[in-house]
Amino acid sequence: MSQHKKSQNFLSKLKTNPKKRFSEDSVFRTIVALIACNIFIILGLIIFKITQGSWLSIQTYGINFLWGTTWQPFPSNPNTPPIFGALPLIWGTLITSAIALLLGVPISLGIALALSEFAPKNFNYVISFFVELLAAIPSVIYGLWGILVLIPFLQNDIYPHLQAVLGFLPFFQGTIRGSSVLTGGIVLAIMIIPTVSAISRDVFAAVPNSQREAIIALGATRWEKARIVMSYGRSGVVGAIMLGLGRAVGETMAITMVIGNSFNMFTSLFEPGSTLASIVANEFTEASSPPVYISALMEVGLILFALAIVVNASARLIIWRSTRKIKEVEMF
Amino acid sequence: MRSYSFRKLEDRMMISLAYAALIIALIPLISILVETVGRGLSAISFSLLLEEIPPLGQPGGGIGPAIQGTLIVVALASIMGIPIGVFSGIYLAEFRQSRFASVARFLNDVLTNVPSIALGIFGWTLIVVVIGWSVIAGAIALAIMMIPIVTRTTEEAIKLVPITIREAAIALGVPQWKTTLTVVLSSTKKGIATGILLAVARISGETAPLLLTILGSRFWFSGFTQPTAALPLAIFNFSQSPFRTADLPRAWGASLILIFIVLAINIIVRYITREKYG
Repeated sequence: MSQHKKSQNFLSKLKTNPKKRFSEDSVFRTIVALIACNIFIILGLIIFKITQGSWLSIQTYGINFLWGTTWQPFPSNPNTPPIFGALPLIWGTLITSAIALLLGVPISLGIALALSEFAPKNFNYVISFFVELLAAIPSVIYGLWGILVLIPFLQNDIYPHLQAVLGFLPFFQGTIRGSSVLTGGIVLAIMIIPTVSAISRDVFAAVPNSQREAIIALGATRWEKARIVMSYGRSGVVGAIMLGLGRAVGETMAITMVIGNSFNMFTSLFEPGSTLASIVANEFTEASSPPVYISALMEVGLILFALAIVVNASARLIIWRSTRKIKEVEMF
Repeated sequence: MRSYSFRKLEDRMMISLAYAALIIALIPLISILVETVGRGLSAISFSLLLEEIPPLGQPGGGIGPAIQGTLIVVALASIMGIPIGVFSGIYLAEFRQSRFASVARFLNDVLTNVPSIALGIFGWTLIVVVIGWSVIAGAIALAIMMIPIVTRTTEEAIKLVPITIREAAIALGVPQWKTTLTVVLSSTKKGIATGILLAVARISGETAPLLLTILGSRFWFSGFTQPTAALPLAIFNFSQSPFRTADLPRAWGASLILIFIVLAINIIVRYITREKYG
């Protein structure tokens, strides 16, 4: 009885006059829509403020900023103006990201296949948790671990052998340094594995079972089944890789701590370098004067922002289109 | 047609390679956890937790202000970020058919992927230029990082609410807005809490935006318009120190505390969502 009364009470509180309802609903809708507008405002403001901040540099250096190879905030002759060019930074970002993809993608695909095709389900649950933890560890801790654990190991136990075997290639020549472009790429590879493997696993899981059943009925082995699954989810995997690339391009702290932070057009991967993100993290707080210095760093930030947006937006588009295709096939 | 024994061998080999990939990926995770716990535990003491940060290279002191600073900045960012994120998520889920919502959803994804250092630059141009390095600037940068994550997870959580629950409420004569705010939200509060927790875990370890906004400091919190210390910044500064014997133990101690916070949140999330995965 009291239960009944309670629910009656609750209902009478919830009910309103039906005439009022329509206007109340539209007020509610307007309010949440206004709050949702924050997305547009924030993104617009970010683009506006960073462009505004880099305007001085854009005006001074123009398009040459993109392929200049000199970075001299304080020229030795005080009468010459400072010079900024970002090509070595773009080069550093591209090469470290390429290393990250080269090492990280095969491992990620292996993980995704193991989890979606080969491993038993309860094992899955535990392993997915550990791979997610890899994504949860803060980037600055990757950096600290990189400096104190990974670099000594790579420098003493891996790089000399690598040079002995592949030393005929220009990328593996010269003095071996721990804080180098290669180390940066390796740390990035570790950091993109959770992203790429989790999304590829979801893509593989979305492949309809009829595909698997069909190939098994033809007498395929588990690996041949996995190949069918991979080719079915091909475009989704491309999207996952692009998202990993987006993460690698934007990653800041870990790479700042291990890449060595020198401004040069490196050819050997054992040389130190810089990326778009690392130079901003490294120099921004000390760049109080001249004003064009801060502006140049902001333009670097703007290039990074544009690069990350293009990579991520195309990744989303590819993933969206591939999952839509799979859904359409499922309907028939 | 290749021979059966070759195909069998290939099958075994590729499956072993897939498991090998799994093991290779777990090595860094285990190494990071073992090193942080091993080297961090020996550094942790009451004085480390409670005392001010000494200048680089000096013995004694602790990382008290960094712990305090992280708590304050993250709390302030959450106060700003959570309500905005949750209500935006409600909009995207409840009015998902509108064109505005689908554009907003796409831009929200874009916002999730803005590099954190770019958010730092943004915080700098927006706040630091006006009032100087400050807690507020850091909190705003972190809130902007948090909003798209909370929006997305709230939207996903609300979409999972069965239509029958909604229909039941509407059939009883409850207006739509009350249905959303009471029936729908309360039936999916676990999902929303999960999203909020993950966002908090993510921003507590974030360094790059703080570097350009709260700057870091050695002293206790002294006001919202002043620079402050934070755990990730302290780890970064200690790691760059030339005086390794004095500063590295502090870096590991700070890492252990930070990793403890982040992992605890992730394990709580797993515990909350365990039924979903069985």
